Amino acid sequence: MSTAVQKPVIPRLLQAALVIAGIYAGFWLIFDLILAQPIPQSLMVMYMFFVVSGVFMVFTFTEESARQLIAPIRALVEDQTKKTLRNVVFIVVPALAAVAVFFQLQPSDEAPLELRSIHPAPPSSVKIFGKRYDLMSLENPYRHLEKDDPEQFQELVAVGGEVYIRNCQYCHGDKLDGKGPYAQGLNPVPLNFQDIGTIAQLQESFLFWRIATGGPGLPKEATPWISSMPIWQEFLSEEEIWQVILYLYDYTGHRPRSWEHE
Amino acid sequence: MTRKNKNFGSQSIPLRPRDGICGLYASSSRLSYSLSVVVLAILLLGVSTGVFVGAGDTVAEASGSAADGLAAAVIAPPELTAADYPTIAGVNGRVTVWLVAQLHLWFAAFVLAVPIFVFIIEAIGMRTRDKRYDEMAYEFIKISITAYSLTAILGGLLLFSLIVFYPHLFQYLSGVFGESMFYYALLFFAESAALYLYYYGWQWLQGGFRKWVHLTLGLLLNAAGTTLMFLANGWVTFMMSPAGVDPAGVFAGDTWAAMHNYLWNPINLHRFIANIAYGGSIVGAYAAFRFLSATRPEERAHYDWMGYNANFIAILALLPLPFAGYYLAAEIYAYSQQMGITLMGGIFAWLFIIQAVLIGTLFLSANYYLWCGMGRSDGAQRYNKFIKYLAIVIIASFLVWFTPHTLVLTNEELKVLGGPYHKYLGPLGIMPAKNTAVNIMILFTALSFLFYRRSNRIATVAWVKAGNTAQLALYTAGIANLLFLGVYHGYFTNTVYKVAASIPQVMTTLIVIVVSLGLDSAMYRGAREVAPLNWGRVPNRAQYALFLLAVAFTWLMGLMGYIRSGIRQHWHVTDVFRDNSLDAYTPTLGYAANVVSAGTILFMAMVIFIFWLSQVSSRKTPTEGFGNQAEGR
Repeated sequence: MSTAVQKPVIPRLLQAALVIAGIYAGFWLIFDLILAQPIPQSLMVMYMFFVVSGVFMVFTFTEESARQLIAPIRALVEDQTKKTLRNVVFIVVPALAAVAVFFQLQPSDEAPLELRSIHPAPPSSVKIFGKRYDLMSLENPYRHLEKDDPEQFQELVAVGGEVYIRNCQYCHGDKLDGKGPYAQGLNPVPLNFQDIGTIAQLQESFLFWRIATGGPGLPKEATPWISSMPIWQEFLSEEEIWQVILYLYDYTGHRPRSWEHE
Repeated sequence: MTRKNKNFGSQSIPLRPRDGICGLYASSSRLSYSLSVVVLAILLLGVSTGVFVGAGDTVAEASGSAADGLAAAVIAPPELTAADYPTIAGVNGRVTVWLVAQLHLWFAAFVLAVPIFVFIIEAIGMRTRDKRYDEMAYEFIKISITAYSLTAILGGLLLFSLIVFYPHLFQYLSGVFGESMFYYALLFFAESAALYLYYYGWQWLQGGFRKWVHLTLGLLLNAAGTTLMFLANGWVTFMMSPAGVDPAGVFAGDTWAAMHNYLWNPINLHRFIANIAYGGSIVGAYAAFRFLSATRPEERAHYDWMGYNANFIAILALLPLPFAGYYLAAEIYAYSQQMGITLMGGIFAWLFIIQAVLIGTLFLSANYYLWCGMGRSDGAQRYNKFIKYLAIVIIASFLVWFTPHTLVLTNEELKVLGGPYHKYLGPLGIMPAKNTAVNIMILFTALSFLFYRRSNRIATVAWVKAGNTAQLALYTAGIANLLFLGVYHGYFTNTVYKVAASIPQVMTTLIVIVVSLGLDSAMYRGAREVAPLNWGRVPNRAQYALFLLAVAFTWLMGLMGYIRSGIRQHWHVTDVFRDNSLDAYTPTLGYAANVVSAGTILFMAMVIFIFWLSQVSSRKTPTEGFGNQAEGR
């Protein structure tokens, strides 16, 4: 504060703007161009808001730096010699804002955004195959065989695999990655079981409920009910559903959510 | 997975109508002493004589539609209809109870927390014989006194609101917890007595043995306050994870079993730590308010110092808070898959994103305050060049911390991404990434503090270079361990190990912080001052960061309070006592956020009023020419 501070070669405000633009360009370069997985606009807005906040925090934590940062803005407003520039800025900035608002409010054919719950909370109990199951305590009846009788367990996994190939792979894909032959025609798209955020986060009872009752069995919070998942209890037996669940975990290498140490 | 509340029993016991004594708050302050005492007396008398809850009724008899199939004189939840919920024209019962409960909780958190750190600061003052600590502790407790009476008034209002709008629920809860509610009321008297002796006796009980007596009073005050909170937590968590009742909700008669339910201790731990952080932030906002309105340099210096200490307390308690929160969420999930998914994967998942943003805001505010505070000493310029690197790591961790798993996508984006999850950002949306990110944020916040405390000094010990190298190695090893635990256990093992890995992660963070601070203290013992620390020489921006800290905390507590309560969904008491009122639905996220925001604005307005009162109380207007005495002279 008391020591002399050199005037930066590039004005601080320009530095801040360049850093922000550089980070934005970096996101675009990495995610859009290199990885071909762009960051959705809703997330990008959040990212950039806090990037801008962070940049301004760094540029204003000392008095000198804060003064240098706002100096051009202050000069623009107060300096009489910058009258022409001031008038131009005061016209151009609101005009740009107006154009942005105009394009934002333009009607579009795009369906509105949906906050759809992909993993809705299960009910406490559910009626499947004419019986009531307590989903809080329901466990896969074959899971214990993994330790007790590995050979039989592998046989059941193989049976589950056959069930999957006959019924599920058309949508969820033969690699369980959600890219089956019909997947492109569906919205919401079939889940990718390879993703760490899907079946690896769930208990087997959740999968049993979702498979058995399908899209029509979704609870209220999962609206809109546009899932095309069939009600599999009408086509598969209870045993087959448990077997296909074994296969899903076995093939992907994920472990079902549990509270017991192995 | 099975539920852990195994205290189900079929034993039915008679309801004693006069057991419906409710817990309530009442207190007094210089301003509203009389009012609070009257509120307390009326409520105690009214509830203990059964005026409010229908003396002579049993719970089962309380509603005509509720009595079916239940024996009289059994503490059991009635089956209600919408007609069993009284209404008042133009008043929404649910929003009223929601707002009043939240306001009560905000004030209660503040007045429970302040005595904790006042006690610690007083003890530090006693040990160091530094009068400034004693004066600061006194000023802190002075602020909480007015808030204490507001807590009592809001507690009374909450009680009335529950009795008016949810009489059957209240009657059931007072049937189960009648005894603890009675002791709660008595304990409240004890807390009030300890508080007033502690506050009003501050100047009297100074020096030698008297100071020890005063400190003991502080300890008693904290013991009473914390016990009160634990009791109330028992009632709240019973509604989430009922114990001591059978599957139909019939109370077996063991109050301790009901109190000691599955989520009691996780909430106790989380609230205890969070209250301290929250109390620190509110006191910090007070110091900022006084700093900004100060006219004299010595006043600015005093409130700058006070704000710094308040922020220090808030940060210190904030550091273990994410772990306590994670422990609570993991226990909720372990208790009920349905609650766990509702909480973080289902309907409330987006509120958790807002929560993550607010928690990140807390860290950003606290760090920015520290960085600005380095300007108090010219010696800090040596460290200015490092701040941008701290900021890069903290902001990057923050972005990971709030990245959602399920994205909000346009149809076009959905097609491009090939599904609702992002291939590369999706894995950041689950807890292992978030735990790793928040631990790194905590470590770098501690690093900001290390820079701050070095700002005006130069270490003179011979092993400075070795000490710095050891600190660097410690941080490097700590971060490597955090990343290993987060990536390996989070993504390549099952959920048991994934959840369990959060414990060594937080231990790593705490060990790095404690050891590096210990090393730093040893290195800087007898250090040479390079430039004085000028209290009061801090930009106003830093004070607004303190305000932001308090507002973000308040908002966060309101939001999480709603989520904690909301995951019961259409149950008054999960799975045993159904809510059949017209409001028994989960409101939209926007509506809930608006109610929480309205509550935050209301609370902050009340807090600003309290701050203003503290200024008014020290103002004096000369009365010359007004009183008779002046004329007679």
